[in-house]
Amino acid sequence: MRPSAFGVVLWAAACVALAFLLIPIVAILSELTLGELRDGLTSDVARDALRVTAETNLVAMALILLFGTPTAYLLASRSFRGRTLLVTLVELPLVLPPAVAGIGLLAAFGRLGLLGGTLESLGVDIAFTKVAVILAVTFVASPFYVRTAIAAFEAVDPDLVAASRTLGAGPARTFGRVALPLASGGLGAGAALAFARGLGEFGATIMFAGSLQGVTQTLSLAVYQEFDVDFDTALAIGALLVLGSALVLFAAKVIPSWRRSASTSITVSAPSASR
Amino acid sequence: METLGVDLDHGLRSFRLSLALDVGAETVALMGPSGAGKTSVLRSIAGLLRPDSGRVALGDDTWLDTPRRIDVPPERRRVGLVFQEYALFPHMTVRANVAFGGRERVDELLERFGIAALADARPATISGGERQRVALARALARDPGVLLLDEPLSALDAHTRSRVRQELRELLLDLGLPTLIVTHDFEDAAALADRVGVIVDGNLLQVGAPSELVAAPADTFVAGFTGANLLRGVARAAPNGLTEVALDAGFTAYSVEAATGSVALAVYPWEVSVARDAPDDSAVNHVRAPIASLVTLGNRVRVQIGPVTAEVTAQSCERLGLREGEVVVASFKATGARLLAGGVSSAR
Repeated sequence: MRPSAFGVVLWAAACVALAFLLIPIVAILSELTLGELRDGLTSDVARDALRVTAETNLVAMALILLFGTPTAYLLASRSFRGRTLLVTLVELPLVLPPAVAGIGLLAAFGRLGLLGGTLESLGVDIAFTKVAVILAVTFVASPFYVRTAIAAFEAVDPDLVAASRTLGAGPARTFGRVALPLASGGLGAGAALAFARGLGEFGATIMFAGSLQGVTQTLSLAVYQEFDVDFDTALAIGALLVLGSALVLFAAKVIPSWRRSASTSITVSAPSASR
Repeated sequence: METLGVDLDHGLRSFRLSLALDVGAETVALMGPSGAGKTSVLRSIAGLLRPDSGRVALGDDTWLDTPRRIDVPPERRRVGLVFQEYALFPHMTVRANVAFGGRERVDELLERFGIAALADARPATISGGERQRVALARALARDPGVLLLDEPLSALDAHTRSRVRQELRELLLDLGLPTLIVTHDFEDAAALADRVGVIVDGNLLQVGAPSELVAAPADTFVAGFTGANLLRGVARAAPNGLTEVALDAGFTAYSVEAATGSVALAVYPWEVSVARDAPDDSAVNHVRAPIASLVTLGNRVRVQIGPVTAEVTAQSCERLGLREGEVVVASFKATGARLLAGGVSSAR
């Protein structure tokens, strides 16, 4: 069959767009020999940055899941006045420039900030510490999780929730045994997206936490610092971030289809309990 | 056996749902058009919907009493609710679904409903009829005091439907629980329920045995809804190529449809003609009996003759001079007599 003119236009536009996205990535990976990559990644700067990134992002993810999941369930399952306003608030960091998020966090938790006096009297100093990195990542990455989680909870058939209630399960048990497992695919995808965003966090972190090697310098901050000092190290860290981000993003797309097998583990316990 | 008492008043989109009903150890069908408020009644009883005002109690156990500010949450009302699309948990096996309602009697229920072989299957992989049995078993695992069924047969294809209808009738008789069924189909209502309540725009227009509703509908709306006479009997093939049905009412009728065993013969009132003597026409079924009742519905009259109700025009009624107590003959053709497998509940 002869391709239509419209089909040709679509393909041509897509090729330009994909090439534009692909070329910088190819450039990062092709500018390095394997030896340079190894040297770059084993440098002190890179190792410290990797450690800081891993520590802060894991804690940030835990916070996002711990507080984001109940928030999302509340916003998805209840209707009340001002709900839309709250959803907007939760999503605000998506559109807020990261630098603004950073200055906001500094104005709130910095020594001279809104809560600075209270925190200082408690002997807590947050700005320019690892805690600051965690807060910056949590602030910027959380909407990626909460937004997806709200949609995932909203997609759970309300009749299933109602059925659970009429079968004797209270709201908490209904959440744990019906809503959570059925939304798990969407929650996993949202978590992966938030993690990918957190890995690349730059603006809010540099404003609020600074870039102290081994303390607050994450991988993306290290790229920025090293590109003046040692371009090859910057490229090597860049390559690591490209691969890591791509992997996480790919996981976000694949995880929802794991739901079937993931939920098996939930029912495995049921037969033994039912004697 | 405890009685379920329901008294509700609730504003729906375009009308008020206002209904009072007592259900003893019997099955009551709520029948009406879509959006008449039938499902809202079930949801109010189950505690999934809080009506503007009302009272729901099973015996001495009060679940809802708005003046006294009592509103027991669904998980503490002893209700077995079977949802229209069954609402089985897709992420659990059949066994885990049933066990969700209660763990004590899972194996017994799986056996009883013939789904033990499907215990490890997921709901998505089983048939509609099987899903309904899982939903029933799950609702009963809770050991409910009341059974609520929302359109229990509507998700099934026609073939499965008649079989499931019969199974369901036997189950309900066996359980002896106060049961409310929501349906928009009079045949289903008549087959499953002892009493049928017609609900339109949130109001209960009439409650009565299925045959009462056919014989004496409260108004034209109920008449339009009730559809066919349903006569129980036993069918066998007759030598003339027709099916002979020995009706429980003591008459014999013929149908062109093939069936054997326990059946319900359905014939619409407007397909039954009335005469003083058995006419010499193409109708092969004749019932000679005194007129039990005459109910005028606008320009039509419903005439109950023994077990059969005929619908004739007001002019015909006048021309024939029909009066209650007079013996007449009701006739209908074998081609107008449909046979439903499984029979229907006796009209009390």
